[in-house]
Amino acid sequence: MRIPCPLCGSRDIREFDYMGHAQALDRPEPEAGAQAWDDYVHNRDNPAGPTRDLWFHGLGCGAWLVVDRDTVSHEITAAALARDVKGGAA
Amino acid sequence: MRFSGLRVLTEGLTGNKGWRPHWRDPAPKSDYDIIIIGGGGHGLSTAFYLAKEHGLTNIAVLEKGYIGGGNVGRNTTIVRANYNLPGNSEFYSHSLKLWEGLEQEVNYNAMMSQRGVLNLCHSDGQRDAFARRANSMINQGDDAVLLDREGVRKLVPYLDFDNIRFPIYGGLLHPRGGTARHDAVAWGYARGADSRGVDIIQNCEVTGIDVENGRVTGVQTSRGAIRARKVGIVVAGRSSQVAAMAGMRLPIESHILQAFVTEGLKPVIDHVVTFGMGHFYISQSDKGGLVFGGDLDFYASYAQRGNLPMAEHVMEAAMTLMPMIGKARVLRSWGGIMDMSPDGSPVIDRTHIDGLYLNCGWCYGGFKAVPGSGNCFAHLIAQDRPHPAAARYRLDRFRTGIGLMDEEGTGAQHNLH
Ligand SMILES: Cc1cc2nc3c(=O)[nH]c(=O)nc-3n(C[C@H](O)[C@H](O)[C@H](O)COP(=O)(O)OP(=O)(O)OC[C@H]3O[C@@H](n4cnc5c(N)ncnc54)[C@H](O)[C@@H]3O)c2cc1C
Ligand SMILES: [Zn+2]
Repeated sequence: MRIPCPLCGSRDIREFDYMGHAQALDRPEPEAGAQAWDDYVHNRDNPAGPTRDLWFHGLGCGAWLVVDRDTVSHEITAAALARDVKGGAA
Repeated sequence: MRFSGLRVLTEGLTGNKGWRPHWRDPAPKSDYDIIIIGGGGHGLSTAFYLAKEHGLTNIAVLEKGYIGGGNVGRNTTIVRANYNLPGNSEFYSHSLKLWEGLEQEVNYNAMMSQRGVLNLCHSDGQRDAFARRANSMINQGDDAVLLDREGVRKLVPYLDFDNIRFPIYGGLLHPRGGTARHDAVAWGYARGADSRGVDIIQNCEVTGIDVENGRVTGVQTSRGAIRARKVGIVVAGRSSQVAAMAGMRLPIESHILQAFVTEGLKPVIDHVVTFGMGHFYISQSDKGGLVFGGDLDFYASYAQRGNLPMAEHVMEAAMTLMPMIGKARVLRSWGGIMDMSPDGSPVIDRTHIDGLYLNCGWCYGGFKAVPGSGNCFAHLIAQDRPHPAAARYRLDRFRTGIGLMDEEGTGAQHNLH
């Protein structure tokens, strides 16, 4: 797999760390309740098909990316800087 | 049909014409007492123990593909009981004991080979951790032997003991650990369940779970609707999809794990050897292939194949540990879909729906669990209370934070195991 980093261009997957589903960007309010926090920390849609996850370009520019990816075909269709993305859910 | 040495000899002399299919190929009935979704190792052993130990036989195992096509036929076949944490310790101990009686119990040659599992250590800290682990294994009633460097050298002289980065300090030997022929285990349980009346229905994908007034009433499948009073979900990497049919969102992320095998060689590796520091482990199959693997690719995936960086990493670790392996040629590589849980331990529990039970979260270690998981899941389904050996595998431990089982001590969050 290669990830098209908006800052560095298309780079080998070896340069990136997978940081989990982009739902991590939708952090609940501290008082949102146990269910909201359980959903946030533990529960996942875990889709077989299109997904959106976070990758850290540690061996490149150091940016966090939101990547549109297919979990069945491994095709990567888009990558954006996490700081420009509001909320993680597609 | 019973297998015996005499039978094999007679068949061999008479052209092997007497063998029959090992299980029937029934059409699904419209109604069962119990439906097991998923015909992997865990689903088949669940059906077997329901029939054998609880006298329940009006059961269907629904498998969307074919028996042995999932992880049960894709793993590297290591069987062991060298866990540390209460919860895991008693469960894997229970499972290993079932392994030891399995071939007699199902009258099937699963090629169970207790060749010993040897974990290597490369620092004083790691050796201390092994001593602690060995003590908990012995406390659990299992076997553990702490070896010094010379003790390891006697068993496995072919390793690079003086590697500049990972010199070998010693090892933890678990003599009762070993390997088993993975698909034979699936076939043995399938045959054992079938002969007791269980319907094993292949090419039957579950597409929906029917619930009325908080109680499960049956399933929808690619071969029509089937009613049932109890339903067990045991679908490994596909747990999230099937649980979603009952409105559940699980603490599971599916990941890819790769494995590799070389062409057949003369016997050279007598044990299962693990090199934790390099995320590498190896054994030799009875056919002669060196079977080895490493860590997850580490991204969510449903592709039953991995990417090259992990393949490269595994080969490098192999060369670091045993340079002789450079002469072997890799024959095949493949991948399987792992149901990763946040704390790295599984779930065997009821759900919020009456009559619906869940078995998932086996991560990369569920082959050794096949007998124990089926045995405990059958107990839960039949009696509606957990088997003592699996009582801690609760689904709500993530929500409550009580009873988390983080065997590796890295944290109870996704992508840490
Ligand atoms: C490369 C690799 C190496 C491994 N090595 C080891 C090891 O050395 N030791 C160890 O202990 N463990 C190991 N494991 C882990 C172990 O293989 C798994 O944890 C275990 O096999 C999972 O349980 P199972 O056998 O029931 O899964 P599976 O065989 O995957 O069974 C699940 C079944 O459910 C079916 N299914 C899914 N969805 C549906 C549906 N909607 N309807 C009907 N059926 C459905 C699937 O087709 C599948 O057959 C390894 C795994 C891999 C991939
Ligand atoms: Zn970059």
